Amino acid sequence: MFARGLKRKYADQEEDGEGAPAGFGSVPAYSLQRQSLLDMSLVKLQLCHMLVEPNLCRSVLIANTVRQIQEEMSRDGAWRGAAPQSVGRVPLDRLVSTEILCRTARGPEGGHPAPDLGDDPLQGPVSELSTVSSAQVPRNPQSSLWDSGNPRENRGSFQKSLDQMFETLENKSPSAVEELFSDVDSSYYDLDTVLTGVMGGVKPGLCDGLEGFAAAASPPGSSCKSDLAELDHVVEILVET
Amino acid sequence: LTCNAAHFLLSTNDKTIKLWKISERDKRAEGYNLKDEDGRLRDPFRITALRVPILKPMDLMVEASPRRIFANAHTYHINSISVNSDHETYLSADDLRINLWHLEITDRSFNIVDIKPANMEELTEVITAAEFHPHQCNVLVYSSSKGTVGLCDMRSSALCDRHSKFFEEPEDPSSRSFFSEIISSISDVKFSHSGRYMMTRDYLSVKVWDLNMESRPVETHQVHEYLRSKLCSLYENDCIFDKFECCWNGSDSAVMTGSYNNFFRMFDRNTRRDVTLEASRESSKPRASLKPRKVCAGGKRKKDEISVDSLDFNKKILHTAWHPVDNVIAVAATNNLYIFQDKAN
Repeated sequence: MFARGLKRKYADQEEDGEGAPAGFGSVPAYSLQRQSLLDMSLVKLQLCHMLVEPNLCRSVLIANTVRQIQEEMSRDGAWRGAAPQSVGRVPLDRLVSTEILCRTARGPEGGHPAPDLGDDPLQGPVSELSTVSSAQVPRNPQSSLWDSGNPRENRGSFQKSLDQMFETLENKSPSAVEELFSDVDSSYYDLDTVLTGVMGGVKPGLCDGLEGFAAAASPPGSSCKSDLAELDHVVEILVET
Repeated sequence: LTCNAAHFLLSTNDKTIKLWKISERDKRAEGYNLKDEDGRLRDPFRITALRVPILKPMDLMVEASPRRIFANAHTYHINSISVNSDHETYLSADDLRINLWHLEITDRSFNIVDIKPANMEELTEVITAAEFHPHQCNVLVYSSSKGTVGLCDMRSSALCDRHSKFFEEPEDPSSRSFFSEIISSISDVKFSHSGRYMMTRDYLSVKVWDLNMESRPVETHQVHEYLRSKLCSLYENDCIFDKFECCWNGSDSAVMTGSYNNFFRMFDRNTRRDVTLEASRESSKPRASLKPRKVCAGGKRKKDEISVDSLDFNKKILHTAWHPVDNVIAVAATNNLYIFQDKAN
């Protein structure tokens, strides 16, 4: 359907997105389809971003798809207003709005990612071992896409909007989990407590008790309010008030 | 879900893992000394004789009680848990990390795989499934959203960042599209019972790999190839992100996986035959054999065939399981669990 290798003529690309008549052949249709796929993907990413518990795998796959489309569009020269030498040129309108949406939604959380939950507190005496092994050389950044010699600037804003999305995705999970469990009495997880019948006649309801406890320690009102405020702001931008 | 022989069951939601003890009770005691039949305490001064409680039969009751709760070790959503062949440890995997636990210890786990990039902006790949080898307790595999599988040996280092083996099939350039990566994302990985093979499930196919050959699978079975021309619609309605499981039969001669429209597929590795069956109330009368189904991919639809466009994509069979010894299978279809068995039983 979107197979590469479709022959395309440069002249036909001038008609991108201008509603080429149906009988024109596969050339403008391909560009239109590609553009609509890009639009659809960006919308999906935005919706992911608004969920309380975003699905990281799905977001990564969609983001990679977006990168692929965008890379192909750059190669084709279909990336309007972004010739390789144009540093600081304004990107496509829809990408500007994406960037603004991302930046706004990220707002009050600041510039640094939340600390990882799974790392230190739970590894007891072996924490040293884990720390040593995790202090490794940082992975090679996703290589070939960005090594092709094209300057980053014309893709910078787009890349940035994706990056911000990921940082926010990361920020959401740890803080939500921390808040959820911060007040939970750790004796609930003590096997002895469970078995010696302190929880006694509520065995089947033990889990219910835990769920109830966790729910009681739900996120404090302030972070909910700021999420709502961000959402309002985003909606305002979307409806262009 | 995963279990060991002593009726213990390990389960997980997105963040918390629980070990349950499953017990059956078909007797109850009557004639306690300190309590009467309602459970109220008897007045000790009224007790003039001692009696031995008698066990009386009762309706079979199955109880599940949580024995261990393993929490707070995963930042991201847990996608897999796998009990080790030593029956003492198990792994839990989320999108970016795999942790090793001891079944007796709930407040500590060890991180054994970590693919989180130093900079989250560089994230392009996540872990999708993980499993321990059925016999070698130091070996595990994990699959990725890029369609690769890494095999790790825990003896080589504490943090298994470097694979001992890396399984990846080269991409077919003629079928490349913008959806290639998404459909190559592996939703499930399962070792064969023998431990010699492993199976991966991606969106359109099931692949069997020989652990000694990393370059390509030894078998590829098409689950629903007729969906290849519908990928854009499936992307739009998010079905392309559905995660199907797969499973082996006890002798590793057949594999099974789910599809849409409450269909599930079985592939016989020896005869190379495959069958499509349906798990639904209408087609599952007790004692009746399941009728094989066929999807018409295009052209003239024969009687009893179903055309691709009439498939119900909301009826998906994501979870299937095959009894480790008998020919009994369990198939989960939306809100119903179906259990089928071979007529020969």
